[in-house]
Amino acid sequence: MSKPVVATASLAGCFGCHMSFLDIDDRILQLIELVEFNKSPVDDIKKFTKMCDIGIIEGGCCNSENVENLREFRKHCKILISLGECAIMGGLPAMRNGIPVRECLEEAYLNGPTVDDNIIPNDDELPMILDKVYPCHEIVKIDYFLPGCPPRADLIWEALVALVTGKELTLPYEAFKFD
Amino acid sequence: MFLPVIIFGNLENNYFIGSFYSIIIKEGTMGSIKGIVEKHGKDKTRLLDIIRDVQSDLGCVSEESVLQIAKEMGLSKVEVDGVVTFYHFFSKTPVGKYSVYLNNSAVAYMMGYSEIQKAFEKEVGCSFGQTTPDGTIGLFTTSCIGMNDQEPAAIINGTVFTSLTAEKVRDIVSGMKSGKDVRDLVKQYGDGLNQSELVKSMVNNNIQKKGQVVFSPYETGSAIKKAASMTPEQVIEEMKISNLRGRGGAGFPTGMKWEFCRKAEGAKHYVVCNADEGEPGTFKDRVILTEIPHMLFEGMAIAGFAVGAKEGILYLRAEYAYLKAYLENVLSDLKKKGVLASFDIKIKLGAGAYICGEESALIESAEGKRGEPRNRPPFPVQYGYLGYPTTVNNVETFCSAVKIVLEGGAWYKKMGTAQSAGTKLLSVSGDCKKPGIYEVEFGTTVKTLLEECEGRTAVAVQVGGPSGSCIGKKDFGRRICYDDLATGGSVIIIGPDRNILDVVHNFMEFFVEESCGWCVPCRAGNVLLLKKLEKIMNGKGTKSDLEEIESWCKIVKAGSRCGLGQTSPNPILTTLQNFREIYDSKINKDLDFITEFDFAAAVKDSCEAAGRKPHAEEH
Repeated sequence: MSKPVVATASLAGCFGCHMSFLDIDDRILQLIELVEFNKSPVDDIKKFTKMCDIGIIEGGCCNSENVENLREFRKHCKILISLGECAIMGGLPAMRNGIPVRECLEEAYLNGPTVDDNIIPNDDELPMILDKVYPCHEIVKIDYFLPGCPPRADLIWEALVALVTGKELTLPYEAFKFD
Repeated sequence: MFLPVIIFGNLENNYFIGSFYSIIIKEGTMGSIKGIVEKHGKDKTRLLDIIRDVQSDLGCVSEESVLQIAKEMGLSKVEVDGVVTFYHFFSKTPVGKYSVYLNNSAVAYMMGYSEIQKAFEKEVGCSFGQTTPDGTIGLFTTSCIGMNDQEPAAIINGTVFTSLTAEKVRDIVSGMKSGKDVRDLVKQYGDGLNQSELVKSMVNNNIQKKGQVVFSPYETGSAIKKAASMTPEQVIEEMKISNLRGRGGAGFPTGMKWEFCRKAEGAKHYVVCNADEGEPGTFKDRVILTEIPHMLFEGMAIAGFAVGAKEGILYLRAEYAYLKAYLENVLSDLKKKGVLASFDIKIKLGAGAYICGEESALIESAEGKRGEPRNRPPFPVQYGYLGYPTTVNNVETFCSAVKIVLEGGAWYKKMGTAQSAGTKLLSVSGDCKKPGIYEVEFGTTVKTLLEECEGRTAVAVQVGGPSGSCIGKKDFGRRICYDDLATGGSVIIIGPDRNILDVVHNFMEFFVEESCGWCVPCRAGNVLLLKKLEKIMNGKGTKSDLEEIESWCKIVKAGSRCGLGQTSPNPILTTLQNFREIYDSKINKDLDFITEFDFAAAVKDSCEAAGRKPHAEEH
């Protein structure tokens, strides 16, 4: 029987959730016995080469590239998981949501005290900035949410194993207690 | 000019900045604020009165005024700022020489709010939320002002204007434009004591049905005289026998509350009357305060006798400020007659905040602070106003207590049902021919009430205001009492031509506006519920949205700190339960998920700012 296929991505995140994922330490050896990775920074596959079973998304959507990426994941993954505060709520990047995007850009590129080159980047190759940072579930259907900033390695591990093996997920209070 | 705003965090200890500040502030402004603060004896518990006076003198409570008040009071800037920004009727920007607050409650919409809104905007020449460029008139909306039986209604500089029509609006606006006193714009006075010299209001009482308790005749002073012949314990015992329960809606046994308060240790005790009738759709307290305030005050004095308090506070919602002078006159009259011989009552005005109807938030507000609920325990009966044991009771509860003292607990208990003794004042509004006050025995069915108020076409009835239940025809046989349909008195009748989801939407907007913001489930949860409801109403909902909204409702109820968030999901939950078919007809059954995300709209602003042409999405 072929192994379940997993893909991961960090959108408007800091890669902290991926780092936490790596905190499963030597269990990563068990993991590669359990699953096969497709598009993911873990194996550096840049494009989907097949349909996947599980997609794990870190970060919300702050620009057009994030949106495209997220929609690619939804197309290619049977189950999609929002991993961490930014994917679920927008997180720190969403702190700009109370400020109109034009003001943000003007402060960053035109009026800020350390600004030298007074131009808002406008190259067509650059992703377009969204009016605010969106949580993933407002753009595509998300099946599961793993909270935390970052979610604990044990939580990610337990959730993945439960999904792959079909066993029930044990959720001790400590797994999602953050203070 | 704005520099002091930034550096004024610790102004009590910084004399240099203090004096520097006084140089740049306008001489007259400073003098006037100093005068106002002194007039109120620099009393921190009167901060709301001070801010109200400053706003009335200067047109708003600007950043500079906040600093000045803080300096004069010896408070931090944040303490004053927190209070100014908490209450709806305080503003840091000018609200105009005439400030129009038009009620936007669900019943106001039923009775023609939209037409009146347009009429005001047309006549005044600015939109709601704005003030005319010359600063004469400001147009604002406000939550229910307790006039549901005579909507559309507005408050202008404290004066209430009811049953508005486009024509009336034209007259009012032209009067304001020619500089008249708003009180002179009231052309016809309402019924009963609304006509009295100190009220002179166009508000109508609309008492449709008098019962045996609150609206039955009695001789002023007879109850306090009888109470004085009893021991405080005997008075409390009569309350217990009567099974009187709190009339604000929660239904806590009054005798038990008074007993807890009496037994609590403290240098003194307080009696507080909750006249912050804010639940949309209730207006019964307004009518009691107009017609039988002496009965209310006598009830407070009896409570004072029972719990051992010499002082009482009537916390009056700002919307009823037009009754304040009249009520103060009644108080001095009762003092002269000896009814309040050993009990003093002061009136404290709110400033527009639904949450202050919650007893611990009300106490905070009466102390001159933001009206945020306290952690309980300790309960107000142990640690209330200024930390003293305090009993907080509803207006109607005090009136009922008067009759219980006179007629006895056993007499009272015979009325109503086993769990809900006595009568209840119902404030009936919406789609019926006879809106107004009905004093009925507990246990009356919704059907009987609908017949009495001639609301026979009703397809739904909202019992208990937004935080109560929305029931459909199949439940019209249910009874109004604590063990079935509990209510603080609000009954809103919804006819066949109304869109029930519009009503639900109005209620959820109300809760979003009125959440005090302390706890996340209520502050953020209500916003999420409103957005989800809008998604469903816009035809973008799916089955999973319905499942989510229901589960989120339960989270908000279970996780919120006080009654506001514990009941705010009720409009959605009770309509999901009783009118499921309306929701089902709105959702897309074939789709698993629909996004409301609009790619083109989301990238528009940033592309414009950068001067680039947005490219279409590739997917």
